[in-house]
Amino acid sequence: MNPMLNIQQLTKTYQSGTGSLTVLKNVSFQVAQGASLAIVGPSGSGKTTLLGLCAGLDRASAGSVTLNGVKLDELNEDQRAAIRNQYVGFIFQNFQLLPTLTALENVMVPLELRGEKRAKSTAMDLLARVGLAERHHHYPAQLSGGEQQRVSLARAFANSPLILFADEPTGNLDEETSGKVEDLLFELNREAGTTLILVTHDTELAAKTQRIIRLKGGEVVED
Amino acid sequence: MRMSEFKWLWKMAWRDSRRSRSRLLLFTASIVMGIAALVAINSFSDNLRNDIQNQAKNLLGADLVIQANKPYSDSLQQLIDSIGGERARETSFASMVYFPKTQGTRLIQVRALKGGYPFYGKLATEPPEAAATFQQGKNALVDQSLLIQYGVEVGDSVKIGRVTFLIAGKLMQIPGQNAVTSTVAPTVFIPRDYLEATGLVQKGSRINHAFYYKLPKGVDGEKLEEKIEGRLRRESLRSETVEDRKRRISRAFTNMERFLNLVSFVALLLGCVGVASAVHIYVKEKIPAVAVLRCLGARGSQAFFIYLLQISFMGLAGAIAGAALGVFIQRVLPAVLMDFLPFEATVSISWPSVAQGILTGLAIAVLFALLVLLPIRHISPLYTLRASFEHNGHRRDRLVWLMIGLIGLFVYGFAFWQMQRPLEALFFVLGIGAAFLVLAGVARLISWAVRRFFPANASYIWRQSLSNLYRPNNQTLVLMVCIGLGTALITQLFFIQDLLLSQVEMTGTGKQPNMVLFDIQNSQKEELASLTSQYELPLIQQVPIVSMRLASVKGRSRAEILNDTSRTSRRVARWAVNREYRATYRDSLIGSETIVAGKWVGRVQEGDSIFVSLEEEFGRDDLGVDLGDELVFDVQGRLIKTYVGSFRQIDFARFQTNFMVLFPAGVLENAPQFHVLITRTNGTETSAKFQRAVVQQFPNVSVIDLALVLNTIDDVIGKVSFVIRFMALFSIITGLIVLLGSVIISKYQRIQESVLLRTLGASRRQILRINMYEYLILGLLASVTGIILALLGSWATAIYSFEMVFVPKLWPPLLVIFIITGITVLLGMLNSRSIVNKPPLEVLRKEVG
Repeated sequence: MNPMLNIQQLTKTYQSGTGSLTVLKNVSFQVAQGASLAIVGPSGSGKTTLLGLCAGLDRASAGSVTLNGVKLDELNEDQRAAIRNQYVGFIFQNFQLLPTLTALENVMVPLELRGEKRAKSTAMDLLARVGLAERHHHYPAQLSGGEQQRVSLARAFANSPLILFADEPTGNLDEETSGKVEDLLFELNREAGTTLILVTHDTELAAKTQRIIRLKGGEVVED
Repeated sequence: MRMSEFKWLWKMAWRDSRRSRSRLLLFTASIVMGIAALVAINSFSDNLRNDIQNQAKNLLGADLVIQANKPYSDSLQQLIDSIGGERARETSFASMVYFPKTQGTRLIQVRALKGGYPFYGKLATEPPEAAATFQQGKNALVDQSLLIQYGVEVGDSVKIGRVTFLIAGKLMQIPGQNAVTSTVAPTVFIPRDYLEATGLVQKGSRINHAFYYKLPKGVDGEKLEEKIEGRLRRESLRSETVEDRKRRISRAFTNMERFLNLVSFVALLLGCVGVASAVHIYVKEKIPAVAVLRCLGARGSQAFFIYLLQISFMGLAGAIAGAALGVFIQRVLPAVLMDFLPFEATVSISWPSVAQGILTGLAIAVLFALLVLLPIRHISPLYTLRASFEHNGHRRDRLVWLMIGLIGLFVYGFAFWQMQRPLEALFFVLGIGAAFLVLAGVARLISWAVRRFFPANASYIWRQSLSNLYRPNNQTLVLMVCIGLGTALITQLFFIQDLLLSQVEMTGTGKQPNMVLFDIQNSQKEELASLTSQYELPLIQQVPIVSMRLASVKGRSRAEILNDTSRTSRRVARWAVNREYRATYRDSLIGSETIVAGKWVGRVQEGDSIFVSLEEEFGRDDLGVDLGDELVFDVQGRLIKTYVGSFRQIDFARFQTNFMVLFPAGVLENAPQFHVLITRTNGTETSAKFQRAVVQQFPNVSVIDLALVLNTIDDVIGKVSFVIRFMALFSIITGLIVLLGSVIISKYQRIQESVLLRTLGASRRQILRINMYEYLILGLLASVTGIILALLGSWATAIYSFEMVFVPKLWPPLLVIFIITGITVLLGMLNSRSIVNKPPLEVLRKEVG
């Protein structure tokens, strides 16, 4: 069976004024469909860069990223956007909800982008699933951090993604809220059979995944 | 694009605008004034065209007018007499009037009338019946401004030449004449039956004859004119029909309309700069949202269209608001332009103008907005993971250049549409572009200079304020362009007006002449000279003037030249051949003349060839002659063959008589002639006494007083500049709206910083001072740059257009700087109050959340 995510010899180098800075060096790994993986490592180790490359948010300097059999390196930005809309869900540390849209509208966006007819009812179901049906008409600024992340979860699962990328999903939340969000994340993941890739500093959260990759200085030091 | 996708884009544009609609409206407010001005001018002009169409007969007062300013043959008189229908006859000339009641004298235009003119429209008088009855006795109708000026009323008397007339009515409106015309040459109507008795019509006097016809029903004025035009032209008579008048007035107003439209367009362009700047900042704030959308799978073009729809919709709202305001302003325009209109303008909405204004405004606002919206397409989704992410290696976007090209084309297209002249339109675009570039260049220079020579030892507050001038998202560029251009427009207007007036004033200082007496007959020459001496006034110049016409140029008769339509032969200006020349003769040159080619021979003996001297530009360009070419002059029936002996350059700025054609002594001494006397009076009292004496003893002699010229010029320039100032107001208000918008936007930019400073313990006073200094510097620099631009513009105009020395007054620019800077600081401070008067957290929640 083809892996959901196949990373081969991935390298990312940034050009700066005086020279170049390599933040990822020859990283390779595969993730099977439905598996969960945590990428951990100290600050500056290249975790977020790796996540961005895996999700097709950025282009690698060398190596390849294959997502569900599609080689992302061969696609332009709009084609990668279409792949994201079709297969990928995101959860961010700072929630990244659109401040001018209500909770419901935020969840509807990925569905509407796909041209789903029943975007509103699907989004309402998802909001109910994360316990925010009553707050659907609230704007992000009117919600607490935990509530915002729950809306973000609902949005991430809205397009039934094959793979979910989470960047420090509980990094901005207190312990109690973090626990609730984590439970919800794994629960939804299990229900949908989604592949989960998460970047975190939190060893407890990482421990809940099936596999951990440790990065240091842009290289995989432990898998 | 699929319909469902389009619907979604609209939905997203709508949703996204919800929290920032008031700010979006502010952006579009920038274009409101420009569009309002365009719609008002175009709508007004549309009405004017209709009015001209409907009122042309009333403006001419007749179906056909024939005019002559020299005697003509008996056979032509027969032709004139043979035209059927009703006829009125008028003889007009410049003359002095004397008001015995207040002893006032002034040079005016006398129109001696016999018959029922105007046949269409009316002479508006007070009392109204005076227009119909004044010809029944020794009555006069006097221009209302003259009556006010000289403290005279209906029922008093006015002396013209040797006859004293009763002022039977106040002239309120003459067909085809506007307030500016009556300022320059106020009119007095008298019955033609008393013309002879005035003694003002003498040989050599400059007199115009007009015949007004009301043609019988069924006679077409145009066709009739076509039939007799050839004969009239051969004897230098002019004819005018209702259609001619329509064309003439339409041409004059089209020029005015185009000028006003271009001024409006400048206001619109200024507004668009404001829109572009505001949208630029708006887009910067939207980067995170766009990045999220991109993450969720939106294409770059979809994100771009969401904001394009938003801005277009707001642009449309601004354009509609502008058009509505324009419709309102249109009602004010007849009052603003009243002095230039020869009739009462009607006011009704012109829907094509409204639509045209909305489309123009929308198109140009969207073009400018596109320029800064295009980068949205390249916002990376990676921004969601790294807030500090910046797109590396700013790609050169070809579409941005395309947009710049389109904006240039649009502005050129508009200018060309208004001017109908490709080269002038290009100069307009280049001029506007240059002004924008200079202001933008100065803004960049200031940012660079502040950073380069940053006063590191200055107080914290000053350092903070100064660094705001170059930090990211600074307002330096947009404020410099908007305030600078507005200031430049207003100030240049003042400088030019002042330049013209000071030139006239200067002419009257020192020992320069300030009074010209003309129409002096041979017999009066000596007596008038002695009267001048009696009043202890200097006899600066006494010049004989002989009227003549050109009979042939280089062997080609006048008729031949006039009928020659071939382009290959060297063209001679029609007016130069047709006009009546007033030449003089003397044996030497005067101070204002310099020979630039050939040789001046001051005196000729009988039988010698006669060499005349011509003003260089007129001779070479208008007459198309060179040294040695033959010119034959018709001096009131006698043909005199001459040769071009020399070309002169003349300093026309001097207040004295100057001549295109100068004869040597020994030729024209016995020709019918009149004389001009030039003198200088000191003080208005001597001037008034001398003029009174001249008018009473020599009623046919006219006096031009420099003080009167000065007042007239001041009055006319005042009327013109009122209109221009009114139009400049649109630019100023636009500038203020853009300023207000910029200040409010900068509040959002600076809010986090101010709150942080507050949290760290900065006092209310300190934050207010930081903001105050920033706006003070910006206001000051913008207005100073605008003034420098105006100074440069005025200097160039003075040197190249008027050939004058430009010495600007100091206080008006200082006042402008003070006012503009004051307004900028005031707006900035009002805006900062909401930040400093509330607790930091409340501000953050309200403004940022």
